[in-house]
Amino acid sequence: MGSLKKNGGAILSKIATNDQHGENSEYFDGWKAYDKDPFHLSRNPHGIIQMGLAENQLCLDLIKDWIKENPKASICTPEGVHQFEDIANFQDYHGLKEFRQAIAHFMGKARGGRVTFDPERIVMSGGATGANETIMFCLADPGDVFLVPSPYYAAFDRDLRWRTGVEIIPVHCSSSNNFKLTVEAVEWAYQKAQESNKKVKGLILTNPSNPLGTMLEKDTLKNLVRFVTRKNIHLVVDEIYAATVFAGVNFVSVAEVVNDLDSYEVNVDLIHIVYSLSKDMGLPGFRVGIVYSYNDSVVSCARKMSSFGLVSSQTQLMLASMLSDDRFVENFLMESSRRLGIRHGVFTLGLKKVGITCLSSDAGLFVWMDLRHLLRDRNSFESEIELWRIIVNIVKLNVSPGSSFRCTEPGWFRVCFANMDDDTLHVALQRIQDFVSKNNNKISEKASDNNDQIIQNNNAKKQKWRQSNLRLSFRRLYEDGLSSPGIMSPHSPLLRA
Amino acid sequence: MDLFSRKATCNSHGQDSSYFLGWEEYEKNPYDVIKNPHGIIQMGLAENQLCFDLLESWLAQNPDAACFKRDGQSIFRELALFQDYHGLSSFKNALANFMSENRGNRVSFDSNNLVLTAGATSANETLMFCLADPGDAFLLPTPYYPGFDRDLKWRTGVEIIPIQCSSTNGFRITKLALEEAYEQAKKLNLNVKGVLITNPSNPLGTTTTRTEFSILLDFISRNKYMHLVSDEIYSGTVFNSSEFISVMEILKNKQLENTDVFNRVHIVYSLSKDLGLPGFRVGAIYSNDKDVISAATKMSSFGLVSSQTQYLLSSLLSDKKFSKNYLRENQKRLKNRQRKLVSGLAAMGIRSLKSNAGLFCWVDMRHLLISKTFEAEKHLWKEIVYDVKLNISPGSSCHCEEPGWFRVCFANMSEDTLKLALKRLKKFVDDGNSKRRYHISESQRLKGSTKKTMTTVSNWVFRLSFHDREAEER
Repeated sequence: MGSLKKNGGAILSKIATNDQHGENSEYFDGWKAYDKDPFHLSRNPHGIIQMGLAENQLCLDLIKDWIKENPKASICTPEGVHQFEDIANFQDYHGLKEFRQAIAHFMGKARGGRVTFDPERIVMSGGATGANETIMFCLADPGDVFLVPSPYYAAFDRDLRWRTGVEIIPVHCSSSNNFKLTVEAVEWAYQKAQESNKKVKGLILTNPSNPLGTMLEKDTLKNLVRFVTRKNIHLVVDEIYAATVFAGVNFVSVAEVVNDLDSYEVNVDLIHIVYSLSKDMGLPGFRVGIVYSYNDSVVSCARKMSSFGLVSSQTQLMLASMLSDDRFVENFLMESSRRLGIRHGVFTLGLKKVGITCLSSDAGLFVWMDLRHLLRDRNSFESEIELWRIIVNIVKLNVSPGSSFRCTEPGWFRVCFANMDDDTLHVALQRIQDFVSKNNNKISEKASDNNDQIIQNNNAKKQKWRQSNLRLSFRRLYEDGLSSPGIMSPHSPLLRA
Repeated sequence: MDLFSRKATCNSHGQDSSYFLGWEEYEKNPYDVIKNPHGIIQMGLAENQLCFDLLESWLAQNPDAACFKRDGQSIFRELALFQDYHGLSSFKNALANFMSENRGNRVSFDSNNLVLTAGATSANETLMFCLADPGDAFLLPTPYYPGFDRDLKWRTGVEIIPIQCSSTNGFRITKLALEEAYEQAKKLNLNVKGVLITNPSNPLGTTTTRTEFSILLDFISRNKYMHLVSDEIYSGTVFNSSEFISVMEILKNKQLENTDVFNRVHIVYSLSKDLGLPGFRVGAIYSNDKDVISAATKMSSFGLVSSQTQYLLSSLLSDKKFSKNYLRENQKRLKNRQRKLVSGLAAMGIRSLKSNAGLFCWVDMRHLLISKTFEAEKHLWKEIVYDVKLNISPGSSCHCEEPGWFRVCFANMSEDTLKLALKRLKKFVDDGNSKRRYHISESQRLKGSTKKTMTTVSNWVFRLSFHDREAEER
């Protein structure tokens, strides 16, 4: 961390010149490669498929149709322009009342109606990015610590720390228990921090998890709430993926737990929720972030800070109308769940066919893929990066290596599946399957003739043999001098999770 | 252990100041021509509501922009997913061109040097985060926009040191005042990172002069780490384009483009005042320093402009015929409206600072003060808010060093409402005058009474005659 000093002084601030925004990391190489050679079904069928972008593109048609059928929700149409002046003028940081009500209503519906939210506690922000930064500014001073379970969303390093000066200490989760977060692990991390004389202000987590796609069980969430209450520290839950839960499963929001617990077990002044429409509705461009707190002072402070990232009044109006349309919302949530579930199923099934498993998950726009068996060295992150470069440059899929999420075990990759159409997903699967098969065939002398059977056969011995030969084939790739292109200067697109 | 951060518990957000309290009173009892004709008229809000008809008619003629369509094709999906912090290039190009036009095309702007932010509020804060560390200071000429206390200081930890300007020279920045501010900062052990001006000025409504620019550029040239930030949010509200000199124009005229000073001058812009669209949250930073652009672009993640809004405005501003006509009409209407306020005030013996821009006048009510104090100013302000029922902004909320000045907005209401506001104020002033005349004749009648009474009366008379003297000096 160095400031740009010339002649003993500094022209720019420390913040402007340090690396804490995290955008100089090598993970942007994948993005750069994609930008140079982006896949297109007809125009560039051999290009790189973007699977590093956690976007939800599956239900935009439903939203588009609604907009077409509801011209009054726009201030630009003949039906809606009478509202133009009032809306264009409206910059009250409380936000349009109808907007807050609609958001509170939508949040309740996205949690199956099991909880209700108070519109007076809804505070706007510049996306969840703005919301997470704002909540840090409200709760912590420079040098204070927040605990974050890892693996975690890479941009937390920027959003929680960069301008706030807050420190993040990860609570490492491992595959030994399917990356489940336990209160014991949080307790341990908390104690360790205290021993190093650090001031822990709270715990922040994403639920459903990015990058895991898993959800906390109700009991775990209850125990976490009890824990923070005992220690008098804050709990911030980023529920940005709340409605990306696949059909047939229930998401337990921290709001539900707050309702369920007795008042002596939970100090509600410590509980805060971050939300956004970027994932559930697939509208990241509209910059709708929400801070929801049970603490009046935090609501008040966050609201004043929202001046730095209010939602465009044009957008507020449109969403106020859309999200109060119960028929639309109910249908949307149901369809979205269904389509995500199907997409997830198709993808994971296709991966299973070539012996690739993913962490079992019920939500999210991605899978947490287990490629440890393909690593040259299971204990080395260098191996992970080598494998990653092969996937980007040879298999031509931009995926995100686990190390970019601070995962402590090499070999895991986050692979997004909801930011493309069915055909593209099919191509991606095909490429993975072809690649795995091709490398099986390379050692065909010892292979049985029936490749399909081998792939489908879960015999541990054959599995092991196959895996060790796959590793051999990768080693050959490494040895063939298939070194990755040198680390390119960062392109620095927006870190879109 | 403290439950919250220091930022959450301090009041650097400045929202306990009278500037915001007046707002709160208005909210409780807002004027409406039909529903609440005796309510408080809002004259504390620098909004531009004079040209919505032009925007609305453009919308009627351009349905594609309204419906997420480009050349008849739907681009909804593209916009819904667009969150690139580089911004929509069509919008940035249109914005850069619009900024040039605003300056009579005497300077041109490169869209690669533009960073989009959520309003000027965010632009100003972001620039502070980029240019200064906590504990550094920026010098600001007084009086200044009350929101700066929050925008520049609150979360950044930057300090503001005022450059005191006074009515003796029309509130112009002087070299002496600038030096004094710098010395003051040094005394407080603060590292000065530069000067921030608003040009045209809020609350004065005046454009920065060439002399002032020379003083400022000289100052930041002395020290290689100092910046000049020019918040040009009111650039389109100048009544006559030729009278507005942007800081970029000065740099060009002085041929400073290849010097390092060029990289230390930054502009803040927004569409909230010129186009009257504060709800859309469109702000921008313009800088010739690549590092500033790079850092600010990353920071803009915390407050990007909605893609829906970017698209609408890129269509609007790319329509050159529209933007030319809009700028011209806007200036004309603002000028007329300002004239009405100024002449209305003059008719009741109230002067305003001669201004050539803005959505407000800087009004001299010193002669209406009971005493030359800020307590008297507050007292007068309360009378105007609660009794006259006009929310105007007292000069102290803008950090003015002289009591008795008020910022009065004129562009956020209809002409009829302005007339009503003037009528109410005139009644207040006339009543005040007749009270004084009554008390003067009373004091003459009581001349022969007890010493005690005489003392009381003569104190009263003294205060009144002080007022009368000032009235004559007008």
